[in-house]
Amino acid sequence: MIEVSHLTKRYGSHLAVDDLNFTVENGVVYGFLGPNGAGKSTTMNILTGCLAATSGTVTIDGYDIFDEPEEAKRRIGYLPELPPLYVGMTVREYLTFVARAKGVPSKEQEGQLEHVMEVTGTTEVADRLIKNLSKGFRQRVGIAQAILGDPAVVILDEPTVGLDPIQIIEIRDLIHELGKEHTVILSSHILSEVQAVCDQILIINRGKLVACGEPQSLEEQFAGEATYKITAKAAAADAERALQNIDGVQKIEAQDGEDGRCDLTVTVSDLSAEMDERLSFAMSDRRIPVLRLEREQASLEDVFLNLTAQAEAEREAQEKKGGKGKKSWFKSGKTAETTAETTDGPAPAAEDEKEADT
Amino acid sequence: MSAIYERELDSQLNGLTGYIYGALMLLFGGIYVMAYNLSGYTQFSYVLYSMEFVMLIAVPLLTMRSIAEERHQRTDQLLYSLPMSMTKIVLGKYFALVTVMALPMIVMALYPVVVNAMTLSGSISLKSAYGALVGFFFLGLALVAIGLFISSLMENAGLAAGACFIVLLLLYFLSALTDYMSGSAWASFIAFTVVVILLGVLLWRTTKNGNFALIFSIALEAVLLICFLIWQDAFSGLIVTILEQLAVFDRFDNFTYDIFDITSIVYYISVAVVFLFLTVQSMERRRWSE
Repeated sequence: MIEVSHLTKRYGSHLAVDDLNFTVENGVVYGFLGPNGAGKSTTMNILTGCLAATSGTVTIDGYDIFDEPEEAKRRIGYLPELPPLYVGMTVREYLTFVARAKGVPSKEQEGQLEHVMEVTGTTEVADRLIKNLSKGFRQRVGIAQAILGDPAVVILDEPTVGLDPIQIIEIRDLIHELGKEHTVILSSHILSEVQAVCDQILIINRGKLVACGEPQSLEEQFAGEATYKITAKAAAADAERALQNIDGVQKIEAQDGEDGRCDLTVTVSDLSAEMDERLSFAMSDRRIPVLRLEREQASLEDVFLNLTAQAEAEREAQEKKGGKGKKSWFKSGKTAETTAETTDGPAPAAEDEKEADT
Repeated sequence: MSAIYERELDSQLNGLTGYIYGALMLLFGGIYVMAYNLSGYTQFSYVLYSMEFVMLIAVPLLTMRSIAEERHQRTDQLLYSLPMSMTKIVLGKYFALVTVMALPMIVMALYPVVVNAMTLSGSISLKSAYGALVGFFFLGLALVAIGLFISSLMENAGLAAGACFIVLLLLYFLSALTDYMSGSAWASFIAFTVVVILLGVLLWRTTKNGNFALIFSIALEAVLLICFLIWQDAFSGLIVTILEQLAVFDRFDNFTYDIFDITSIVYYISVAVVFLFLTVQSMERRRWSE
């Protein structure tokens, strides 16, 4: 559907998008994930023809966005970061204008208008002035505008930014609905959002695509290994011996604790659930009581943090300019700490520090 | 294109600016008709000639919001993503502005008839009155295109109005200013050099490539110098002639002598086309450098 190849956008000396390549398939919801300033909006502006690329090509359904912009744009609906609304018009007037400007045949206009207003839930505010609408409704009108003309691809730039939690859920549900009829590409810097609504995730950092795939497979691909935290009532050496020869065990760190207990951290390469049983049975064969057995696997959050932090570290190493402040794009202090530490070294080291909930 | 046209017309007629423009035109039109035609003059074109000065204020008010406001409200993003060429978008807006510009002129078209009905002595020649009004409309076409272009350069409607007013004011006094300029060949050479330097700076600002701009300016200056040395005679008075060509308002003068000046009309259409072209370019440029 959409093919992006060697896309580069340069603002003076700043490289906003750096040799980006990806393909978008029909009928899939894509999530464009990356910290602020990663080049998400720039990429989306180029995909929709609002911005010219420095080099590289974008083809939509075989039409090049630069050579045949009108044909290409007919296949795309776009909601920019700030919905482009004429606030002095009513919703119906505005949508009628967009439908006509998009060249929707006048016979279909009425029907399409009713359809998009129904899908986006804006029928009840159809005759109100846009300037009197809440932010959530404005966003809906923005989406309604994007899906007018029935484009194959709908591109939404940060569709939930600045909305309250209830509105966010409503917009997410709406995106789910849209995904049934259109290919949807949405951008976000919030991971949980992308995880909740997208089939495919593209992680972008500093204008480069650092990873792409299904949420599940990204986790597996980048997790690679899982760790078990085991507490047993035995001497550390005994426990270690019990687990040593199990298939898939890579590394054991054992430590004697209080009351004759020991704490083990077992790194395994086998990610299947069987591993739980094998470990547990091996202990019970030696009559070692297991007090705790907990599995930890890298979540998508870690993948995201690692990938972006890694790229950051590489860049800083290149520039040899230490201590240059990193943009904070997350709210929780805990994750902030984690990334701060990982930026020190290029290796992904976040796994040890995170709290997993499996 | 019709969708853009109707929306722009709608926003002009729902906002204040269209009405302020119309009010200014009709108010001053009425005052001048009273002052001239109702007190003995039989030339309607004098009224229009005096109203050139009203246009200086009224046209910037009319055009200031057209593109600057879109940029300010970020609705230009919608225009850029529409499956429509920028030329059509700009033309849609332009024709809407022209429509609003022409509305008070339609009302003013009644004035000569009314005056003729009211006064017993000497009546206005309708033929020359309407000829002048047509000329005035074409002057308006050129001015609105200039205003639209200036609006496309700005993000603030107020600034656009101010800049447009200053540009129109300069054009208005251009022929008066040229009287003070030296007609010597050297004066033309120096003036062209200034233009070359300005072009170089403009090139440098837009391409951010200092070396290229410098080389370009030096090359252009060299060509200029060679031309100057070979055809020195041709340079005398050249800059004055060129500036007189740019004096948009002076082109209306012939209409006040009861001459329906086709060359002026062609001139106004050319000015409008040039500035519409520049507007499209300025919109397209945003795609590259935003």
